[in-house]
Amino acid sequence: MEAAMGLMRRMPPRHSETTLSALLSLLPHHSSDLLSQVDLPLQVLCDVDSGKEFILCEYNRDADSYRSPWSNKYHPPLEDAPYPSSELRKLEIEANDIFAIYCDQYYEGGISSVYMWEDDNEGFVACFLIKKDGSKTGHGRRGYLEEGAWDAIHVIEVGPEEEGATRYCLTSTVMLSLTTDDESSGTFSLSGSIRRQMNMNLAVADGHLCNMGKMIEEMEGKLRNSLDQVYFGKTREMVCTLRPPSEVAQMRLPDS
Amino acid sequence: MAEEETELSEEQKKEIAKWFLLNAPAGEIQYVAKDLKSVLNDDDVYNEAASEAFPFYNKSHMICLELPGRFGDVLITSYGELQDNEYLDPKTAQVAIVDHVKQVCTEVRPATDEELPSAYIEEYRCALEAEMLKYVGEAYPKGFCSVYCINGKDVEGPGSDFEFVVVISAARLSPQNFCNGSWRSIWNIEFKDDIQILELKGKLQVGAHYFEEGNVQLDAKHECRDSTMFQSPDDSAIAIASVIRHHETEYLASLEASYLNLPDTTFKDLRRKLPVTRTLFPWHNTSQFSLTREISKELGIGK
Repeated sequence: MEAAMGLMRRMPPRHSETTLSALLSLLPHHSSDLLSQVDLPLQVLCDVDSGKEFILCEYNRDADSYRSPWSNKYHPPLEDAPYPSSELRKLEIEANDIFAIYCDQYYEGGISSVYMWEDDNEGFVACFLIKKDGSKTGHGRRGYLEEGAWDAIHVIEVGPEEEGATRYCLTSTVMLSLTTDDESSGTFSLSGSIRRQMNMNLAVADGHLCNMGKMIEEMEGKLRNSLDQVYFGKTREMVCTLRPPSEVAQMRLPDS
Repeated sequence: MAEEETELSEEQKKEIAKWFLLNAPAGEIQYVAKDLKSVLNDDDVYNEAASEAFPFYNKSHMICLELPGRFGDVLITSYGELQDNEYLDPKTAQVAIVDHVKQVCTEVRPATDEELPSAYIEEYRCALEAEMLKYVGEAYPKGFCSVYCINGKDVEGPGSDFEFVVVISAARLSPQNFCNGSWRSIWNIEFKDDIQILELKGKLQVGAHYFEEGNVQLDAKHECRDSTMFQSPDDSAIAIASVIRHHETEYLASLEASYLNLPDTTFKDLRRKLPVTRTLFPWHNTSQFSLTREISKELGIGK
């Protein structure tokens, strides 16, 4: 498993699906471990009732069917499938409505889905998903990107209430790829994925949705920032190490 | 979602293994090989895959190997390939015998006369090599360069066309900092005797991998063309080097520009730094917010 994860870390992120299916075929006995530890770009389906798209993941899947957060129905229909309790479903509906607005404000398009289910320790788990196609043929408003994808997965474990407060454990993954292409500079492509965790104890009085939403917003901001500044920055630094810009090269000459 | 559990054939396993090796980022094939070996758990399949994938990887990444006996370094490229494991180093007129999987040069022998260009060609090649070495030395802190004649190496004098390839390969490996990268340039130069023109075609490729608590890769490619006059060996060399310098400097500037455009333009089409409202999302107001969500939604889209 360790070696498999090592390979996941080295293969080009844009080939993550091929990498995973190659590993699954080489290591059939580790398939559940692999599927739970490796995040892949998200897939969507269209809800037949509402006509809206929803995101597929392990958390809304049962057998080969996926539950839509909009109609609460499995696609394709499935008998004896699990559903959240009616109380949790109420929170799920509200979360989906609000998260769709959040998604619209930050992503100017994109698809969002929120799934919730009870866990074994009197709490519950919520999964917030966002998928954005930022290419010029997709939802890229500015039309800079030949190809551009952002997939975010936020899983929050919400603990039981204790003295008016609850523990929230958030694990977030962002996968992204972007390509620009023009005649003068050729193709320029960056792709990658990072995963981070954040734990907080927050007062229940503010409401679960408010608490979870703020954590996700903060986390997404941090992830975006570190991808932009740190990760892309490091690859840029590498380019400048390989072939320093001429100003630097010229500046060095008088010194040497 | 789970793949079928039927046992793969040896051939299928080998193909998968080769895919992993060939997709290794610059300088990381040995790490990939180590992990792959333990995932495969089958030395025969691994060895077969490695023997097929390594030569291909070494040539496409144009890796640089040290020649034994203080001859310097040799670039492993398809242009210098004499046989599967023999590579010409035009600079020293030596032939390196390499072990592809270990990525070392085991032996070296002098090149035969048949393997080297004619005196007429060699004069042009040497002059260009000298100019290119000067340029690469200035522009790339860890760059290597070779100039090969790939067409018409036996031309004895004026009246016939010939073609050179200049390759530049610069790699920076610092696995301890979770960062590796490589710059590869391939310049084809056609010496057209009849029209007294040199036609240049460049293919530049830059890759970088940063993998501390994540996996982010840059993959950039660019192609360009130019031409210059067919002159004496020395003047041709100076002209070619200045064309290459010009294009590579411009390309680097365009890479820099792509990076500078990221935060405020390109990246914004994926996710904005702040919402369209330019203030953090009003989570504290969600109860009120959900009552008026239809209106807000319209406003959000309207902006």
